[in-house]
Amino acid sequence: MIIVKNLYKNFGSLQVLKNVNARIKEQEVVVVIGPSGSGKSTFLRCLNLLETPTSGEIIINGISLTDKNTNINRVREEVGMVFQRFNLFPHMTVLRNVTLAPVKVKKMSQQEAEDLCLGLLAKVGLSDKAHVYPSQLSGGQMQRVAIARALAMKPKVMLFDEPTSALDPEMVGEVLAVMKDLAEEGMTMVVVTHEMGFAREVGDRVIFMDEGMIVEEGSPQEMFLSPQNERTKSFLSKIL
Amino acid sequence: MVYEWQWDFVWQILPQLVFKGAVLTVELTTLGVLIGTVIGLFTALFRLSRIKPLQWLAAAYTDFFRGTPLLVQIMIIQYALPVVFGYVPNVWINAVAALGINSGAYVAEIFRAGIQSIDRGQMEAARSLGMTYSQAMRYVILPQAFKISIPPLGNEFIALLKDSSLVSVIGMQELMNTGKLIVGARPRVLETYLTVAIIYLIMTMSISRLVAFGERRLAAGDHR
Repeated sequence: MIIVKNLYKNFGSLQVLKNVNARIKEQEVVVVIGPSGSGKSTFLRCLNLLETPTSGEIIINGISLTDKNTNINRVREEVGMVFQRFNLFPHMTVLRNVTLAPVKVKKMSQQEAEDLCLGLLAKVGLSDKAHVYPSQLSGGQMQRVAIARALAMKPKVMLFDEPTSALDPEMVGEVLAVMKDLAEEGMTMVVVTHEMGFAREVGDRVIFMDEGMIVEEGSPQEMFLSPQNERTKSFLSKIL
Repeated sequence: MVYEWQWDFVWQILPQLVFKGAVLTVELTTLGVLIGTVIGLFTALFRLSRIKPLQWLAAAYTDFFRGTPLLVQIMIIQYALPVVFGYVPNVWINAVAALGINSGAYVAEIFRAGIQSIDRGQMEAARSLGMTYSQAMRYVILPQAFKISIPPLGNEFIALLKDSSLVSVIGMQELMNTGKLIVGARPRVLETYLTVAIIYLIMTMSISRLVAFGERRLAAGDHR
């Protein structure tokens, strides 16, 4: 479903991604871990072109993102993204946050979008919050709204960029629970996270990145119980 | 020597100053700000666009109109341009045009600062949902940027109201010029100009009260 070939990304003279290759299958949940500055967020952001790759190719559902003729907005409709800092629109109610893109981008009717929104809010456990503003929500609630907002575009892939890193510890669980449900429904997911419990329990595959490269990948069992690479071992020993 | 202040004279000239002069001043300023807001919005968007010629155009415009005196700009519009392009100047149109074009340069910078103060994540979230750049600007960035821009826009309104006195030099009968004409006919200088000053003061203070009120209203509905 997602094919990444020889991906390079430079910020000025700084090489952030060096020859990253990856294949992500449909319905697969891939968890990307690694120390900060390892390029894992940049890798994720390249997958919906929030960062433009310096070179290499990214193909999602047979469409090459790196091809100049590709309409990137079309691809983004199919690739949902959840951010570390939620990025809800503060001047809109929860309902409007969720319905804005379906109505404006997909030309869905307001009524249809609202029905969809209420369904999604029920799914993330926030049915009673449709008419409040983001500032009236807790961090965990905001992130669940952000997930609902991304799902409203009916994406084929969901990208999560450290979705629980900005949350108070007691709110991490509610967000992870929603993500777990999503994985069980068969959503294809790429998750950058420090939540090793989630990686182990929900991940089909774990990718360890360091210094802009994929150092090692494998099933959660392989990665956590018998990592092969020295750098993987030393990273895991520090955080587990 | 004690100056003999004549209240009678003040009451006599007041209607003329208010209903002729001040009314026109308000009219010129309001139109100037409206035109300036439209020009300023597009200039700010040009300046932040990725198209180089638009950026240059916007930068040249703001640099010129913020970097030269309004009085000179008024003179150029009224006296120099008609010579070049061969048309009969209309004082009212030129006065409004000069004020609008001048304030557009300042409003552009206000909007630019407002837009740039919005967190990058807002644009990223909007784009990641499949919105185009213009949709993201229109629905997500600009509504937030406008709100932030209201207090400095109020200041710009006040500045332009005072600066509108400069169009008196091309014969516009606004508040300042009305005062000047009164003094020309009946030399009660102190009464006249002090009354003119106080009318300006009342107008500028009303605007700043209005802006403060608007700000509070918005803050009450502030959901940040």
